[in-house]
This record gives sequence, C-alpha cells and structure tokens, in this order.
Amino acid sequence: MASHYEAPIRKPLVIGDKNYHDVSVDISAPIEGRANKQWWIVFSIALAAFLWGVGAIIYTVSTGIGTWGLNKTVNWAWDITNFVWWIGIGHAGTLISAVLLLFRQKWRMAINRSAEAMTIFSVIQAGLFPIIHMGRPWLAYWVVPIPNQFGSLWVNFNSPLLWDVFAISTYLSVSLVFWWTGLLPDFAMIRDRAVKPFQKKIYSLVSFGWSGRAKDWQRFEEVSLVLAGLATPLVLSVHTIVSYDFATSVIPGWHTTIFPPYFVAGAIFSGFAMVQTLLIIMRKVCSLEDYITVQHIELMNIVIMVTGSIVGCAYITELFMAWYSGVEYEQYAFLNRATGPYWWAYLLMMSCNVVSPQIMWFKKIRTSIVISFIISIVVNVGMWFERFVIIVTSLHRDYLPSSWTMFSPTFVDIGIFIGTIGFFFVLFLLYARTFPVIAQAEVKSILKSSGSNYKKLREAGKPLYMMPKMTAPKKETEVKQVADDSSGDAKVSDLLGTLGTFDASKDSPDDLKKIKGIGPKMEQTLNQIGIFKFAQVSRMTQKEYDLLDSITGSFPGRAQRDDWAGQAKKLNKNN
Amino acid sequence: MASKVIHAYYNDDDVLMHAVKKVKATKHHIEEVFCPFPVHGLDKAMGLAPTRIAITSFIYGCLGLIVAIVMMNYIMIQDWPQDIGGKPSFSYIENMPAFVPIMFEMTVFFAAHLMVITFYLRSRLWPFKKAENPDVRTTDDHFIMEIEVHGDEKKLREMLLESGAVEINSIEK
Repeated sequence: MASHYEAPIRKPLVIGDKNYHDVSVDISAPIEGRANKQWWIVFSIALAAFLWGVGAIIYTVSTGIGTWGLNKTVNWAWDITNFVWWIGIGHAGTLISAVLLLFRQKWRMAINRSAEAMTIFSVIQAGLFPIIHMGRPWLAYWVVPIPNQFGSLWVNFNSPLLWDVFAISTYLSVSLVFWWTGLLPDFAMIRDRAVKPFQKKIYSLVSFGWSGRAKDWQRFEEVSLVLAGLATPLVLSVHTIVSYDFATSVIPGWHTTIFPPYFVAGAIFSGFAMVQTLLIIMRKVCSLEDYITVQHIELMNIVIMVTGSIVGCAYITELFMAWYSGVEYEQYAFLNRATGPYWWAYLLMMSCNVVSPQIMWFKKIRTSIVISFIISIVVNVGMWFERFVIIVTSLHRDYLPSSWTMFSPTFVDIGIFIGTIGFFFVLFLLYARTFPVIAQAEVKSILKSSGSNYKKLREAGKPLYMMPKMTAPKKETEVKQVADDSSGDAKVSDLLGTLGTFDASKDSPDDLKKIKGIGPKMEQTLNQIGIFKFAQVSRMTQKEYDLLDSITGSFPGRAQRDDWAGQAKKLNKNN
Repeated sequence: MASKVIHAYYNDDDVLMHAVKKVKATKHHIEEVFCPFPVHGLDKAMGLAPTRIAITSFIYGCLGLIVAIVMMNYIMIQDWPQDIGGKPSFSYIENMPAFVPIMFEMTVFFAAHLMVITFYLRSRLWPFKKAENPDVRTTDDHFIMEIEVHGDEKKLREMLLESGAVEINSIEK
C-alpha cells in the first residue's frame, strides 16, 4: 500500500526488526514482569521525599504561611516559583502529543504517552502550591463561581489569578481525557494478554471495554485529531495566562509584554528537558531502546536547543527593552537582576538556559546519551532559577530602600518543594509499572513505514507482506513439521516423554505466544520440538527447562525466569 | 436473531485491506472488522460513513462559549457590577477583553469533554463495560473480519482463504 511509503532517507523509528506481536510483548513486559531492586530503591527515596513534603504541608496548614521564608517585601517566592516551574514542565506532554500530531511527526509516538503522563503528574504538583498558599485549602472551592450564602459574592473575572484557575483546570482535565482515550486500546492489549484474574479485571475496568471495531478506530482517530487541535491553543493559552499573573501587574521586571511568548517557549524548553531526563532513564530500565532510539533523543535535543535559543533571545530583548524604554525603575530592575546581590542566580539562569543548550549544535554531543542526560538536568535547574530570578529579584528591592531585603527559604519551603518532586516521581514510577508506557497501537500503525525490518524489505524491493498459504489454515500445516536436528532427537523424545505428546489429528494447538516470554520464534521452535499445548508446557520443571535450553540453545534461563509452567497452568484452566 | 457469521482472521493489515476490497467486490456484507491498531483507509474500503464527531465538538464549543458569556455577563455586569481598577463594569462588550481568556477556556473545556463523552457513549465505552472482541489476539497482531453468511458458505470460506485468511471460524449468533 502506498500509505506505508516513507522516504528512504528517514532513519527507522523502531529498530530491532520488530513485528506487531513483538511490539505487544516488549511494551507489556515491564507491566507483566516484577519490579527490580533499582525500582524499589528509587521508589522508596521518592516516597520518603513525598512523605517529608506531606509533613511540611501539614505544618504549613496547621501553623500558617509564616512558616515559609516570605517577608513583607518578598511576599511571593518559592511557592510561585515552584508553581510556574511545574506548570512549565507540564507543557511538553501536550506539545508532543498535540502539536507534533498536527505536524504528523511520527517520532512522537514512542514518547507521547510518557510525556502526557509527565504533564498530568506535574500539573498536579503545580496545582498544590496555590491551594496550599490559600492557607485554608479546604476552602479551595471558593475559587469556583458558585452561588453562595454571602449574597452576591462572586470571584473576580478580571483577575489573571482566576484565569489561571480556569486555564489550569481545563488543561489538566483535557490532558487527562486525551491521555486516557489514547490509553484505551493499549489497556485492552494488556487486558487481553493478562493471565492473572486480578490483572484481567483491573485492565478490563480501565480499558472501558475497548474492542477495536473499525468504527471505533475511525472515531478514535477523529477524536484524537480534534483533541490535538483543541489542546494546541490550550497549551499556549495556559502559560500565557500564567505569565499574565506577572505581566498584568505594575512591578518593574514583571510588567513586560514579551512575557506570554517568552513563558511559552520557556515552558516547552523545560518540559522537553524533563521528558528527556525521564525517558533516558525509562528506555534503559524498561528495555525500550528499540522504540526510544538515539534518534528520538537527538530530535528532543534539537527542540531543546531551538527553544533554549528563543528563551535566550527573550532574555536579551528584555534587557534591551528595559534600557530603550527609558523608564528608570525598569532599568534598575534589570541592572539589579544582573549585577545586584542575586547576580549568581542570574548567571546560573543565563548559563544553564542560554549557553548550555548551544552545545547541541554538534551532532556528536546531541547523540550522546550521557551528555543529553546531563544537559537535561542542567536545563531543569536553570529553568527553576529563571522563575526564581524573575520573581524574587523583581521584589526584593522595592520602591522604599528601607524595606530592601533578601529572601531565604525555611526548611518548610524546601520540604514542600522536595515533597512535590517526590510525589511526582512516586506517580511516575507507579505509572511506569502499571501503564503501557508507549502508545503501542500507534507504534504498530507506523511499523510498516518506519520499522527497520520493513524499511529493509522496501529497500530490497520486496513486498512488505506475504500472502499466507492458500491451501489450508496455517494451524494444520504447522503440525506436520518435525524437528530434523538429529543430534537433538534423543533429547526431544526425552522431553516429550515427560511432557506428553501432541496428536494433531485429535487436538488443536494452543497459542503459546500467550505465555509471556514466548514470541513467535520461540513458539515455532517449541512447535518443531512437538510442544503445542499449554498442558504440555505446564508440566515443565527444572529438568525440562534445562533440556529445552540445550535443545534450542537460545535464551538460557528465560523459561524459569518467566515461569512458563505457571503461566501455562493458568492459561490451560482458562481454556 | 439467529444468524451465522464467519470470522476470518488475518495477520497483516495490507492483506486485510485487499481482503476487505475483495469481499466487498463479491457483494458480501462485512459486519465488522476488529483491529489491533487503526488501519488507514479501512473505513472507506468497508463503506463506513464518515464520523460526525468533529461536528459535535464544534457545537459543544459554541455552547461553551455561550455559557461563558452568559455566566460572566450575569456575574460581572448584571448581578454585582463593580468598579475594578477604574474600569467600571457597565457593559459586557466594553469589559470583554478581560473576559476573553475564560471565554476561550470554557469553549475548549466544553468542546473537548463533551466530544469525548459523546465518543464514549456512541462507541459504548465505559468502566465495567465488557469487551466484545471475539478473540484476544485482535488487540495484539490479528485482524478479524466478521461476515454474515448468506447461501453458499463453502464458497465464501474458499474465497476468504484465498484472500489470505490464516484462520476461519463459523459462529452462530
């Protein structure tokens, strides 16, 4: 089909010669397997940080905002810095899934699921800050315009802070349904592979009974496209409105018209950096290097470099406009930012955000995983300092020199920030163990155009598919194949002696691929040996596993690790 | 309704597309095709009508815009007009610039959520809904074409086998 064509110059997005089934196996592997030690270590650290944050929040709420380092001059500091930082990080998810969908960038498919998860988790962190800052978080619903017992007491629709409430809650909820709708087919895949009844129940519940009818897919694609079209202006509006929190004020250093585009570029910049941080770890931990390739990392680095340069332009424009405006308050605000007591924060912001991404001009550097990881962390730090610089340096030297002061955070400020980082990673780590972290249905749909094996076939001028034999259904022909490896014959008969033989004329073979760890190749090998039924596999013990390993010679120890016999027993019962 | 259907299994989207065209050409009715991933052009080949879900989204968006205007006009202009920052709230149109962000957000909110709800209801997707794909492999790497049997079943089976089916089952519905 012509629709599978892709220019030969494009590098494959899925490497390792995968077919459709391999994609399912690889993506469900982290969910079906057990968590390793590293996961538990990282999870414990994150959980501890989260609990510390909970403690700091409880202390704040029960004692008051006075536990923070705020004073009458610097009356907004880490709280709003953290809020803007987390919201900014959230932007990359929607950008990747919505904007890159509109631009038909296929490379987004390997990363959009995790990027959207990151969006949702980081917007949750961001939302915590205004709610805690309210002092009485149980009255948070007062920001919603609901009729109340106080007479005509309404929220102020002229206030950018209220616009924020609407923008962020719309953003969070729309991102959530976008994410979940995309997850339905993938949850369904996990559901249909699930062996344990509990897993089956849970994934049936969350997949909403997705069946994959042609009409469902038609609607699914249309819904995805329309949601992408809606989410694109939405994501731009969210950070625009966040920037209004500052830009509509009359504080020198905040009162700038460049803020909306500059904040949006900064948000994409920091968001991509966080995606990069998370995915470089995840591809390794979940063995997804074939899907999240070096090419993906390189492309994200290019986005980081471009948006970093936009941010750099904005910084310089800001300085120029402060000078050119002739407003001495404005001029002082910027002079103080760069040369005042917070010069170190300004320098950190400039070097992390403007200088560091520029090394991505070199191909060697942007394809290096270690350097990409380091730069992504550097950018995250730099973007936190950007918000800190904008917020604190504009406030700490106000109109009365007698009230000039500095800001120093208390352990509660630090505790809440660390707590949100912990909370974020707790959510992300749980996600990585229970959700399909790659949009497998989408990856399958581009496999023929961008998968390495299909690319090779196309280059060799061969068809991308083979017509199955017309004579009879595949199952009956397979049975007649017998292992012709004469040296293994004795072992084979030995193995079949304990497992029981399979009579093709009486019985029909099971789909052994349902056992985790058995792919199409292994199934073929097993079939050649004479193993066709779950019942046969379920009788395997250590001795048979070893025998099998010596016959096949591939993946030694795999069968024990995945407990084929146990799985097969369950599958056999279900049949 | 007691009718007999045939489930033809395919393991490749290209083969499936050819098969769908072939079955359509022989005037058989394709009841349904279950796919593990979206196959582009399948809906057209099957003769499915284009979806109208984007139109509903537009209507919902308009509704959201109206709700936002009515709400803010009532709250800010009618019910308790205030003079905020020297900008008295006498008329909606004059104060509108401050209301644009929320008008936009509400439009998106309504368009997105109501469209997704419509999609879930039309495609019968909700928690505790039982999946209806006839074989678990249809979410992995197999495609199932469901065809109603009228008349010569054997001939139909032969034709399906020829079209590249890897497995064929008859099912009494």
